[in-house]
Amino acid sequence: ARAMGVTKEDVEAAITSSLSPSSLVVTDTSGGCGASYEIEVVSEKFEGKRLLERHRMVNTALAPHMAEIHAVSIKKALTPAQAQPQPEPAADKAPQ
Amino acid sequence: AAAGGGGLAPEMRATLDKVVGSHKVVLFMKGTKDFPQCGFSHTVVQILRSLDVPFETLDVLANEALRQGLKEYSSWPTFPQLYIDGEFFGGCDITVAGFERFGAC
Repeated sequence: ARAMGVTKEDVEAAITSSLSPSSLVVTDTSGGCGASYEIEVVSEKFEGKRLLERHRMVNTALAPHMAEIHAVSIKKALTPAQAQPQPEPAADKAPQ
Repeated sequence: AAAGGGGLAPEMRATLDKVVGSHKVVLFMKGTKDFPQCGFSHTVVQILRSLDVPFETLDVLANEALRQGLKEYSSWPTFPQLYIDGEFFGGCDITVAGFERFGAC
């Protein structure tokens, strides 16, 4: 058994290789009780998937590390289109 | 259902089918309704209470076989796990997201 535990970099690498995210923010939220992470991920692979399915995809990516992770909170699982800031209605004067 | 290494024993599957179908809303959590032993479980209990729906809870800390069986049954690695109408709805984050979408916060 490896005593090293799971690092933020491990979490980032696992999600990156499974989901090819266009944006990924992993935050270490452990308060001393063990590996605990918050995740915000934007990926094209979430296109056409319900929230439960998106979370399953993240869980699957992390499955090899799950035994060593105390807690994971998936704060956002968005498609690139959903992650775009909504256009301002007043911006209609811009060309095209 | 995920075809994971071990596979869920048929008796356990039948038991879980019965349990999740026995009430409209069933929450498998760490601790009890009145004494949650984890912040995530506490959050879901608070949401269900605020919605004023009747719900049953089962403590997975008190039953290791139940805890392991459910992980395979729902293909979900963590607790709490919320079931509505016999169907897996999600864990804490999904419950919070659903709650916020309906503007109840």
